[in-house]
Amino acid sequence: MRGGHLPTHRLGRIGLDILAGTGRMGILLVQIVRPAPTTPHGLARLLHQLRFVGSRSMLVINVAALFVGMVLALQFHDTLVRFGSITLLGSAVGLSLVRELAPVLTALIVIGRAGSAVCAEMAIMRTDSQIDALECMAIDARRYLLWPRFMAFLIAVPLLTAMFDVVGIVGGYCVATANFDLGAATYFTGITENMTGHDLQMGIVKSACFGALSAWICLGQGFLIHRGPLAYSGSEGVSQTTTSAVVTSSLVVLFADYILSSLML
Amino acid sequence: MRSFDTAVPVEARAICAEFQGRQVLRDVSLSVGRREIFAIIGPSGSGKTTLLRHLLGLARPRQGSAFVFGHPVAELSRHELAGLRRRIGVAFQGGALLNSLSVVQNIELPLKQHTRLDAATIRIMTHIKLELLGLLDIDALMPAQLSGGMLKRASLARAVIMDPELLFVDEPSSGLDPVNAAALDDLLVELRDSLGMTIVVITHAMETALNIADKILLLDSGEVVTVGTPTELLQSRDARVQSMLQRRPVRAGSAADDYLNRLTAGT
Ligand SMILES: Nc1ncnc2c1ncn2[C@@H]1O[C@H](COP(=O)(O)OP(=O)(O)OP(=O)(O)O)[C@@H](O)[C@H]1O
Ligand SMILES: [Mg+2]
Repeated sequence: MRGGHLPTHRLGRIGLDILAGTGRMGILLVQIVRPAPTTPHGLARLLHQLRFVGSRSMLVINVAALFVGMVLALQFHDTLVRFGSITLLGSAVGLSLVRELAPVLTALIVIGRAGSAVCAEMAIMRTDSQIDALECMAIDARRYLLWPRFMAFLIAVPLLTAMFDVVGIVGGYCVATANFDLGAATYFTGITENMTGHDLQMGIVKSACFGALSAWICLGQGFLIHRGPLAYSGSEGVSQTTTSAVVTSSLVVLFADYILSSLML
Repeated sequence: MRSFDTAVPVEARAICAEFQGRQVLRDVSLSVGRREIFAIIGPSGSGKTTLLRHLLGLARPRQGSAFVFGHPVAELSRHELAGLRRRIGVAFQGGALLNSLSVVQNIELPLKQHTRLDAATIRIMTHIKLELLGLLDIDALMPAQLSGGMLKRASLARAVIMDPELLFVDEPSSGLDPVNAAALDDLLVELRDSLGMTIVVITHAMETALNIADKILLLDSGEVVTVGTPTELLQSRDARVQSMLQRRPVRAGSAADDYLNRLTAGT
């Protein structure tokens, strides 16, 4: 029997579509990061994107980090009091931020703020033939559009994560001194004594991976919208692609977090 | 100064294209000579823009092949294609200006990307093209602030900024007033005469084609109706050619015609 009406056929088709889509995304990633000489114009575009992805995210990252640090201090205090090990409050807050919460939350915030924006931007440029126009001017759109944005994520996410760490720890300290009369010395000594280079390394590796993954997925889905199922859906296609990129990259970040944690612990 | 290729600038051999099983181009062949103004003309939806995308290597034909300066565009690597496209200028139907850059930034983009000229020289060269297309007073605007006709002219300015050997223009004068449309026609002739450009122009306007083209290709429903010089076209006895020349639909006595007749009878 021929034709695509059997459930198995449809399943096979969906499987092939996913495989082809992943393959295209993989090729795209290689084309983005492939080394090529960087021009002054390219650097200017990178700085512009760094400002958008990085600087403009600082306020929301700082506010989020402050509250996350304060909540962590409350929660850990409640737990540690039961074991009589209240002096460990600083290291508990610091370690959970540096190793886990700061990289993941920063990545999720950046995906929501900048990932959605770059995805929609690329998708609109594609449907409006602006990317075709670039190619016809012999300008490599992957180099011109994707590279600066990808690099901006790769650089900004780790830096924002570091900021999240610092502000979160300060937030925890505020609660520790104000609510629980824990001295600055106890709080910060706990952090410096228990945090190792490996913990910091884990935070940095994670945040760099998350930055690259979220940039890759958001940029790729927007850039390749014409090859996907939403190619001809106009503005609805753009919005659905953006939503799907945000959901996919958030889930991939959480999945990668598990993999990286299990590899590095 | 410029060394021109002796190869045929544009050639298509039996190009077939389809979208989701619907045939959009059927066996389209054409050949554009050097320093020729070649007009592709046909009703809306006849496949003109699709044909252009195939000639530019933006779409892959299902059958047949397109050649630009003798190179088969569908088989070139990205790098080779980029090399070829440096000799080509394209003005898209919708303008396709980068909407995060101002008009003048759009127009100078190819110069900034492909040359090492200093800022002052780039400014002068851009100024010349802005003046040529009457865009001087709107150069600082963003593409979203332009009217349809301004977008067309800005996109043409960007297409010619590098003085390409080969220029593709998709519907330059639709959306322009008659005076500006005529000026644009003159400009195309001027570009060919002074810079020796080969120009492929896609248009609805029969007058434009008859006035400026050396050769006209008539496309209807993805098929080539005829190719010839304006004189040959005017003398043709083909019904479809005649109907395009007289701007009347071919099918007489259709429901739509009846409707129109009743309307006009009522007045
Ligand atoms: N991306 C696409 N997907 C599906 N069909 C398409 C696509 N692009 C064009 N078509 C179809 O191909 C046919 C030719 O379209 P094309 O844009 O080439 O027409 P055109 O001659 O340029 O018309 P106009 O003068 O209005 O610009 C149309 O029937 C259109 O529906
Ligand atoms: Mg068209």
